[in-house]
Amino acid sequence: MNLLELQRRMAEDVMRPLTPDFQMQLATSNGRSTHELASSYIKPNDRLSSFDRLEIYNRQYWFRVIGAVSEDFPAVGAVLGAKKFDSMVLAYLRENPSTSFTLRNLGSKLPKWLESHPEFSPRRHALLLDVARLEWAYVEAFDGADLAPLTAADFGDLGAASPLFLQPHLQLLDLRYPVDELVLAVHRQTAPSDIMSNAVTERKQAKRTRLPAMRRSQIHLAVHRYENSVYYRRIDPEAYRLLFALQSGNLLGQALEAAFSGSSLSAEEQAAKIQECFAHAAELGWFCKPHEI
Amino acid sequence: MPANRFNGFSDYGVGIGLRVPHYDHIFAEKPVVDWFEIISENYMVDGGRALKVLDQILERYRVVQHGVSMYFGSTQPADREHLKRLKTLTRRTKTPWLSDHLCWGSVDGRYTHDLLPMPYTFEAVKATAARIREVQDFLEIPIAVENVSSYAEFHESQMTEWEFLNEVVEAADCGILLDVNNIYVSSQNHGFNPFDYVNSVPAERVAQIHIAGHSKFEKYILDTHDHPVLDSVWHLYARAIERVGPTATLLEWDDNIPSFDEVHSEALKATQYLTPTEVLIPSNSAVQESAREVVHS
Repeated sequence: MNLLELQRRMAEDVMRPLTPDFQMQLATSNGRSTHELASSYIKPNDRLSSFDRLEIYNRQYWFRVIGAVSEDFPAVGAVLGAKKFDSMVLAYLRENPSTSFTLRNLGSKLPKWLESHPEFSPRRHALLLDVARLEWAYVEAFDGADLAPLTAADFGDLGAASPLFLQPHLQLLDLRYPVDELVLAVHRQTAPSDIMSNAVTERKQAKRTRLPAMRRSQIHLAVHRYENSVYYRRIDPEAYRLLFALQSGNLLGQALEAAFSGSSLSAEEQAAKIQECFAHAAELGWFCKPHEI
Repeated sequence: MPANRFNGFSDYGVGIGLRVPHYDHIFAEKPVVDWFEIISENYMVDGGRALKVLDQILERYRVVQHGVSMYFGSTQPADREHLKRLKTLTRRTKTPWLSDHLCWGSVDGRYTHDLLPMPYTFEAVKATAARIREVQDFLEIPIAVENVSSYAEFHESQMTEWEFLNEVVEAADCGILLDVNNIYVSSQNHGFNPFDYVNSVPAERVAQIHIAGHSKFEKYILDTHDHPVLDSVWHLYARAIERVGPTATLLEWDDNIPSFDEVHSEALKATQYLTPTEVLIPSNSAVQESAREVVHS
């Protein structure tokens, strides 16, 4: 077995899902004995079989990746409960193994993946999706780039054909539930930690959090960072559409059109909304100069 | 402290890891700490609090970067995005040397995020040394490779772990981050004398030393970094210093992290071994006896 073959063999074994009680499986999906597989390349010692030694790494892998996703999605965990959350993370990671050197990106595809996986919470699927989207937006806002904001002089040069760039850390969400309250309640009880360390990972259970009751009620959120803290700011639908259109690459005139398309507001009311939206966004530094590549 | 080309001819003493639970204490109390080690990956982000904190730390303290995902032993090509981000960070921190592990952890573009052990083969020596040289050339700073704790050994191995380490560092012409806790953990898991390891390391290549605590289970020991340093590890550390000379030393404490003062006090116990007049180095036989006690307890 050369180096590449050994690494492929061991990676497959280490990343194979555990049993429901977090042990290494006795056979592969093809029915091959994992005892035999482990013995083919790992030496036993006087205390541990080849299987036992491989199992240490198999368990470590899953504890580490489940732990990483749990840290980014504590409110999803609180909504689902520990057992269902573990099942959900296992299923997600089976389809979305890490392809990055950093654990920071491990949960990036979870909100999208959950859209086609209602089985983990059939009755509260829409709520769960909103919670997942907000928690990932928090991660992006937490350490996204912060570019130089536009100055008053820059605003003076803007016209309908101008592009207008938004800070990379600014995340815009259209949610069906007011989950900002729920996520804040859970995050207040979650201690911050480093993304990565080089110690082995022990399995930890999150504390059960009492969640606020949720009734369906659409909200629009701007999740952003200000002076290194992440804030959730509720914005009105017009401001959301305007900012979303700008974020999607539309020119200023096109974005304004998108914001008020079909609106029943009078021209004066629209002008007031635009002024209010721009004043808040400028005050918080959301408009920025384009990222230099 | 004596310097060598593998630690940028620096004179660092005893440091501790920079960890989130200690941020408030460090900024409020401004404790005297010789240097902080950071996990590079925690600061390879585009913005936010981590970088702000790092900049504040750099105004007052010396920082050395330690990585956990370079995977020098992986057969897949180095990730250019990773290298670019790492180089950007080294320019920010001005780290005099950079360390990462002598292990593998990714294959075919998939990452295990674990420090997986190498098969100790000549093929692996060649591949690993080539990767270290590539990274060292790209980053333009000295690299030190750290021996890992391991829980498995391979049939394919053609030499001992310390022979493998020596072959790799000679072929790559790089330094060593000697982790005496990892040597101890692996010695107990694989049944070798940890002194044979420490006595075989090329002293002139040791850039830095790690000390840490570990957890003992019924049939093996895990490198958990969640306890004070055990006596057996201090004994190995004393022997390493006797061979290598006073060397930049860092205490790792990554889980169940106690107060800053407790972590720092534990780290500063190393100073008694670094000051030659005060050193009380136990004999090899005493250390071997303590090692046996742990194995059979």
